[in-house]
Amino acid sequence: MTLNRRAFIGTGIATAAALNAPMVMGQAKPRVVVIGGGAGGATAARYIAKDSKGAVEVTLVAANPIYTTCFFSNLYIGGFREFESLQHGYDKLAATGVTVINDLATGVDRAAKTVTLAGGQVLPYDRLVLSPGIDFRDGSVPGWSVDAHAEIMPHAYEAGPQTQLLKAQIEAMPQGGTFAMIAPPNPYRCPPGPYERISMVASLLSQKNPTAKILLVDPKEKFSKQGLFEDGWSRHYPGMIERVGPDFGGDKVEVRPDTMEVVIDGSAQKVDVCNVIPGQMAGKIAQIAGVTDEKGWAPVLPDSMKSKMDENVFVLGDSSAQGDMPKSGFSANSQAKVAAMAIRGELTGSKVFPAKYSNTCWSLLAADDGVKVGASYEPTPEKIASTSTFISKNGEDAGLRKQTYEESVGWYEGITADIFG
Amino acid sequence: MLKRIILALAIAGGPVSAAELIGDADKGEIVFRKCSGCHEVGVSARNRIGPELNRIFGRRVAAEKDGFFYSKGLARMGADGLVWEFKTLDAYLENPKALVTGTRMNFSGLKDPQDRADVLAYLRQFSDMPQNIPESSPTARAREVELPPEVLALVGDPEYGEYLANECQTCHQVDGSNDGIPAIIGWPAEDFVIAMHAYKQKIRPHPVMQMMAGRLTEEEIAALAAYFNGLE
Ligand SMILES: Cc1cc2nc3c(=O)[nH]c(=O)nc-3n(C[C@H](O)[C@H](O)[C@H](O)COP(=O)(O)OP(=O)(O)OC[C@H]3O[C@@H](n4cnc5c(N)ncnc54)[C@H](O)[C@@H]3O)c2cc1C
Repeated sequence: MTLNRRAFIGTGIATAAALNAPMVMGQAKPRVVVIGGGAGGATAARYIAKDSKGAVEVTLVAANPIYTTCFFSNLYIGGFREFESLQHGYDKLAATGVTVINDLATGVDRAAKTVTLAGGQVLPYDRLVLSPGIDFRDGSVPGWSVDAHAEIMPHAYEAGPQTQLLKAQIEAMPQGGTFAMIAPPNPYRCPPGPYERISMVASLLSQKNPTAKILLVDPKEKFSKQGLFEDGWSRHYPGMIERVGPDFGGDKVEVRPDTMEVVIDGSAQKVDVCNVIPGQMAGKIAQIAGVTDEKGWAPVLPDSMKSKMDENVFVLGDSSAQGDMPKSGFSANSQAKVAAMAIRGELTGSKVFPAKYSNTCWSLLAADDGVKVGASYEPTPEKIASTSTFISKNGEDAGLRKQTYEESVGWYEGITADIFG
Repeated sequence: MLKRIILALAIAGGPVSAAELIGDADKGEIVFRKCSGCHEVGVSARNRIGPELNRIFGRRVAAEKDGFFYSKGLARMGADGLVWEFKTLDAYLENPKALVTGTRMNFSGLKDPQDRADVLAYLRQFSDMPQNIPESSPTARAREVELPPEVLALVGDPEYGEYLANECQTCHQVDGSNDGIPAIIGWPAEDFVIAMHAYKQKIRPHPVMQMMAGRLTEEEIAALAAYFNGLE
């Protein structure tokens, strides 16, 4: 079977007409549809197209013609990056041979193996890749819903206009005003993300509005890189940041967008800006496709990122439930390469090597004060398990911290080139 | 097969490492003539083509305060935490470019462990606590990493290397960009292998690289070396 298909593919490349020929059993090029043009989806599309050298027809369905990275969006808020530097188009992906369609996928028929788009188009697939990021859980912060209140109390947890809105609100705060953040419960995308944002907001305020206060309301007892963040906050922004954890009602919070109030364990407080980062679940199309579990995430096989519910579907990045890897752009990119290899192997018979995954998350505490945490991972029968980890240490000298920041800038250039070409 | 066994025995017997040799400072002064075209040491020593070498033992590599303009490669190693001590100096003197990729020290290296022990014993007199000569940790290595010849001789599979390299390319760009994260394309395969083993054995200090290299097998490192060597 594999051999036959391979032999056919050889001729398929030569006859470009075969590209649009109607699918006759075993006679068309295998088709992969990827939904979501972010860290996971764009990487998968690029690697399948690039490495199969035209033997697989790859279609990427991306909601927007421009993707704005969440990674480094906090640095934009802090004034360390231009907004445009976060934006990436799909031209190079298209040049690699990926068919890019800017539309929203609205339906997946797993029995018929088709995807329906908002524009009415129906795309058949042999393998489907879902990397739609996250959706917010309405009701996770009482008083707030994404449709009704994101313009008043932004989440800025999908980068784009929300990020710009939040920065504009912070810059318009009255002198000595209060910025509040409602941090999300686990699991959520980018574990250090909210705390890096606190650092960047503090950096901005300490220049423009040094008497302002930051109120961090957190339902979690502990958070990622906590020791590093708290050390950085006390060194760079003494007295500015107050964190209310669950021991003081951080888990019993409600917001009132109409009056700009945050209610912690029954007592209301007026704030000037309120960044609500709600609880999260897999991107909606993963729910629609029916590959999510009762917790709202899509379980996958650890050695390939293949859905546990459908052998023709792969789920990457934030939407997947895979084990120990944090929901990060680095992870999504790493998972996409493993999935791309598995998919090519299934469709073209190319060699499949053992899966290896890794992740590193850099965070900026203040100008030239960067820290990082990372781990490598391997599939076990139950989950993707972490095999070794490292984390920056408190008390590192300024030279190393500066180098860590510079390294993160290099990483941003590297990973965006790896994702988008 | 026979060759492998002989090699294995030789390794088990332990290679001669400079760390185990007692250096002779007087002989070292003569060896130092090879260095003195660029480096000064002693009273009134100044930075010249190379930095002056007083108190080199215990000095952080490429420490900014010593006023010398170092290569990017040395500065990076210094920021990562590399300190000049017997074992790191010994590795550097044996093959400067293997320990510090991109160093400007244009010196092919002192291949004889005794010469290195001697010159280090000589330099040690201009650092604190000369009585410690030539003490160093028991794990000190003659070269940056002690690699059996068969490991160096492994011929990597570039196809496997291409797959493994996917992981490297999240940070290192294939177009050779060198900002914040060093370029790794077009390296001689042996330098690549030595550098990766130095991370694997935690001699080079960078934690991400220690983690990445730590889980690669000898064959995988060879495969990566073969792949990146072929990129320009
Ligand atoms: C503030 C912040 C900071 C962060 N910092 C870092 C960092 O420093 N390092 C790091 O590694 N990660 C970071 N992350 C996390 C990172 O952004 C995500 O984990 C990563 O983007 C996940 O990739 P993904 O492919 O799963 O989803 P995404 O990158 O979100 O991509 C999903 C894409 O799919 C599209 N989409 C969804 N549904 C559909 C549909 N039905 N049809 C068509 N398109 C659809 C979406 O519009 C989106 O463009 C950060 C996140 C935040 C919020």
